[in-house]
Amino acid sequence: MKALLMYKDRDFDLKQKLPLNEQTLSQDLELDTLFSAMALEDEFLYMVAKVAVLSILEDLDTILYRQSILKDCLKNSLVVKEIYAITMEAIEREKRIFFGYFSKYYPSSILSRSIEVLQMFVGLLKQLRKISDEHANKFESDGFKNFFSMLDRELGDEYFATIQIHLKELKFRNGALISAELGKGNKGAKYTLRLNENKKQHWVERLFTKKPPAYTFYISERDVTGAKILSELKDRGINLVANSLAQSCEHILSFFNMLRAELAFYIGCLNLYDQLAQKREPVSFPIPVDSSECTLSLKGLYDVCLALTKNEKIVGNDLNADNKFLAIITGANQGGKSTFLRSIGLAQLMMQCGMFVPAESYRSSTCDRLFTHYKREEDVTMTSGKLDEELSRMSFIIDHITPNSLLLLNESFSATNEREGSEIARQIMCALLEKRIRVFFVTHLYKFSHDFYLKNPKDIIFLRAERQPDGERTFKIIEGEPLQTSFGEDVYNLVFGAGN
Amino acid sequence: MVDFHSILFKRIEDYPKDEALQEPAFFSDLNLDQIIESITISKQEYNLKHFFYTPLKDVDSIKYRHEVTKDLENKTLFENIKSFAQKIHAMREHLEQARKLYYKYQKERWFLDAVEIYCDAVTCLVHNLSSLSLNSRGFKGFLGYLIYYTNSDRFVQLVEETKKLEADLSAIKYCLTIRDNSVKVQKYRSEIDYSAEVEKTFQKFKEGVAKDYKVNFPEQRDMNHIEAKILDLVALLYPDIFLNLDNYCHKNADYLDDTICRFDREIQFYIAYLEHIEIFKRAKLNFCYPRISKKNKEIYNYDGFDLALAYKLITEKSSIVRNDFYLKEKERIIIVSGPNQGGKTTFARTFGQLHYLASLGCPVPGKKAQLYLYDHLFTHFEREEDIKNLRGKLEDDLLRIYDILNHATTHSLIIMNEIFTSTTLEDAVFLSKKVMEKIIQLDLLCVCVTFLDELSLLEKTVSMVSTVVPENPTVRTFKVVRKPADGLAYAVSIAEKYQLTFDFLKERLNNHESTSHVQRS
Repeated sequence: MKALLMYKDRDFDLKQKLPLNEQTLSQDLELDTLFSAMALEDEFLYMVAKVAVLSILEDLDTILYRQSILKDCLKNSLVVKEIYAITMEAIEREKRIFFGYFSKYYPSSILSRSIEVLQMFVGLLKQLRKISDEHANKFESDGFKNFFSMLDRELGDEYFATIQIHLKELKFRNGALISAELGKGNKGAKYTLRLNENKKQHWVERLFTKKPPAYTFYISERDVTGAKILSELKDRGINLVANSLAQSCEHILSFFNMLRAELAFYIGCLNLYDQLAQKREPVSFPIPVDSSECTLSLKGLYDVCLALTKNEKIVGNDLNADNKFLAIITGANQGGKSTFLRSIGLAQLMMQCGMFVPAESYRSSTCDRLFTHYKREEDVTMTSGKLDEELSRMSFIIDHITPNSLLLLNESFSATNEREGSEIARQIMCALLEKRIRVFFVTHLYKFSHDFYLKNPKDIIFLRAERQPDGERTFKIIEGEPLQTSFGEDVYNLVFGAGN
Repeated sequence: MVDFHSILFKRIEDYPKDEALQEPAFFSDLNLDQIIESITISKQEYNLKHFFYTPLKDVDSIKYRHEVTKDLENKTLFENIKSFAQKIHAMREHLEQARKLYYKYQKERWFLDAVEIYCDAVTCLVHNLSSLSLNSRGFKGFLGYLIYYTNSDRFVQLVEETKKLEADLSAIKYCLTIRDNSVKVQKYRSEIDYSAEVEKTFQKFKEGVAKDYKVNFPEQRDMNHIEAKILDLVALLYPDIFLNLDNYCHKNADYLDDTICRFDREIQFYIAYLEHIEIFKRAKLNFCYPRISKKNKEIYNYDGFDLALAYKLITEKSSIVRNDFYLKEKERIIIVSGPNQGGKTTFARTFGQLHYLASLGCPVPGKKAQLYLYDHLFTHFEREEDIKNLRGKLEDDLLRIYDILNHATTHSLIIMNEIFTSTTLEDAVFLSKKVMEKIIQLDLLCVCVTFLDELSLLEKTVSMVSTVVPENPTVRTFKVVRKPADGLAYAVSIAEKYQLTFDFLKERLNNHESTSHVQRS
């Protein structure tokens, strides 16, 4: 039995390999803020959110599959939370059922523990069935429909009855029937538990069938050793059945674990949704476009992490950058360039794990990898100069980048003078452009951006952080040619007071 | 009746009579004790050592072993013999177990299994040997005996009875019903496997691999009284089979054949030796079948090495130096001189080992060899230093030499290592010359390791010298080659090695003060 709520055809792998640059991404895009909002201080939810968000889905079907499940969750959040609670209960209660105190290694204690665990699981599985019976019709997504019909199909009343018969039989009220053969040195071997069918025969039948020969002996009460040996003999007989019952417990437990992990993602989404709704920030389900196209158009996109940490309403941006492979973002210091860049990265990640995005609308081609290259603090390890360090990170990216990657650069190559920085940037950008790799580049390198602008290229869009003539920032990113100044003077004035 | 007795000895008369044979006196001097120890260590159950303590006295007996050894170089035959040995070993373990156990039906089954293994071992062996082309008198004789034995009524009947009984016992299947303190024993009547049934029920939850919860029950060979009681009841359910088992054990108590038992032990002499030299062959060292003569004293060996030292070096993964020697015409005595720790003693040991191993009929280290079949082998190696009693040591040296020379014949072999070191040079030259005169007179083969260059000027001698790398005299080549003794002083190079030359000392002394606080790079 599989829950299949993350993928149509496979389990959600919590241990899957995350991108190599997972840490860099988390740092540059402030992912911790996002995960924390989804987790609400629940470690497990945090972990699931992290794995789900960082394992970028490329395939549109799966993204849409999750989107419709998430829509169901938003509509039926109470039912979903109830199912989630059942999985938690199963996992918690299983932990509290112990093996016998001293007898952990005897099949009989493994067996009796397994029977107890199974009784408990059966109860919870029945609850799941009941939820399914009552609420299944309110769900529309393929994922939930399949899930409920699977519960229906696999967990019928008859099935529960069969389990009950076994659990009763395994208490061996009529004695354990064990077959054996003569092994090495005529010692009993191949002990196998057999079904002890107590056929009720009619008395006439009983009278006329010849009884097969049978010999019985008893162990005297004083023979403590004998009693011990006998129970070990029984243990040998039930070894296999104890094993398969214990394994069944493990399998059912892993079903609950899987269901919990898959639901945890949606629970995280519900948590985030609630917080954004409280702040009256809009969300919408994005439209993912196949990566063979180069599409990006968005409306009212805001930085979800900033929204989560700030109390005031955040400025959203609009952009239409279809068929633009390179976006060069210049303009005023403290004008919202970094925030804008981050909001693109976040929205892209959220879209590509099947979530809603923090925007009124968002339509974008999927990428298979996402890279960020941000200006770093001075190299703390002292092993290389700053430009060295920057370029070595760049070289790492180049090692791993694919044609369908998305690359976000924030003030890269500024660790040297502008002419040289521009030249490095020019060479790298030309190469990336030629490979048709999508890049967003926030930069102060005027020579670089100006040179590019003069060529009037079709596949590059030039964006600028807006500045009112009086120096006031609107935090809006608008289309516009690069300017020679980034209005650092404004910032100076802000700090030192104008005219100083 | 087939006339075959032993795979080791051509004639039954040669069989060593004294089973408690001691190791020969020269064993530790030549490190043969180490060699034989490593050869036999994994074969202790066969008690092979005294075969290795018994050199052969005639050339044809040696050939007899060469033939068998050459046959065993056939990998198939070798593996067949190994597998036979493993089975006989298992058989012995079963018999031992049967002896140790307490309950009758259990003892009887172990015995039955032992016989089954024996029958299988013998049957396989005769089958395998028949399909191979054997060239040695030893193996041909043994195969003849095996064919005769396996066709005998005694063996044929043994095989049949054993098979029948094993099949009957294996077919027995019974059921126990354990309820509280009662155990009911019945024949098995195709009741369903309940574990499989339960597993099927929970199949739908199965995803991936689950932990194994099966408890491992230690298998003890003994039976407890409950098991014995159950077995007795099973015997009641199947009375005929168990009666047959009783009768079988009485009838076949002494089923083992002496000749086959002896073969099982003796063939291990070859197996042990071949397995041991395989280690060296893998390190690209050669072994050869030496030509052996009782008359011809022109001997040679090329690419020989000390088997004990090589074993140590191989485990340390160091390289092994090989040496050559030959004696022609009137040459009888090899005088070995040269720098210390240059391989002189090793050379002398190698010489002795080669001759001893050859006299056992074994292949010897080297590419090609002709060796002499001696009547006695004598060694005179320096005994442990005893500084307190100089005169005593010299006296002891002389007494030992006297003893050797009294017993040596013209067919003997003498190996001397650094004799008369505990006296003045002049004395040593004088005494050595005296001893050498006797040896020359006896016309026997001798190796003499000495620091006295003068000895190499005597008649019948050949001078061989341990060598160093010319450019760097501190590096030994461990090559011992034929050349005149040059008496060069190597003390300087040894001093250099220990940094005790003038320059070294000056530097070291100068640095004394500074080394305490300045680390040298």
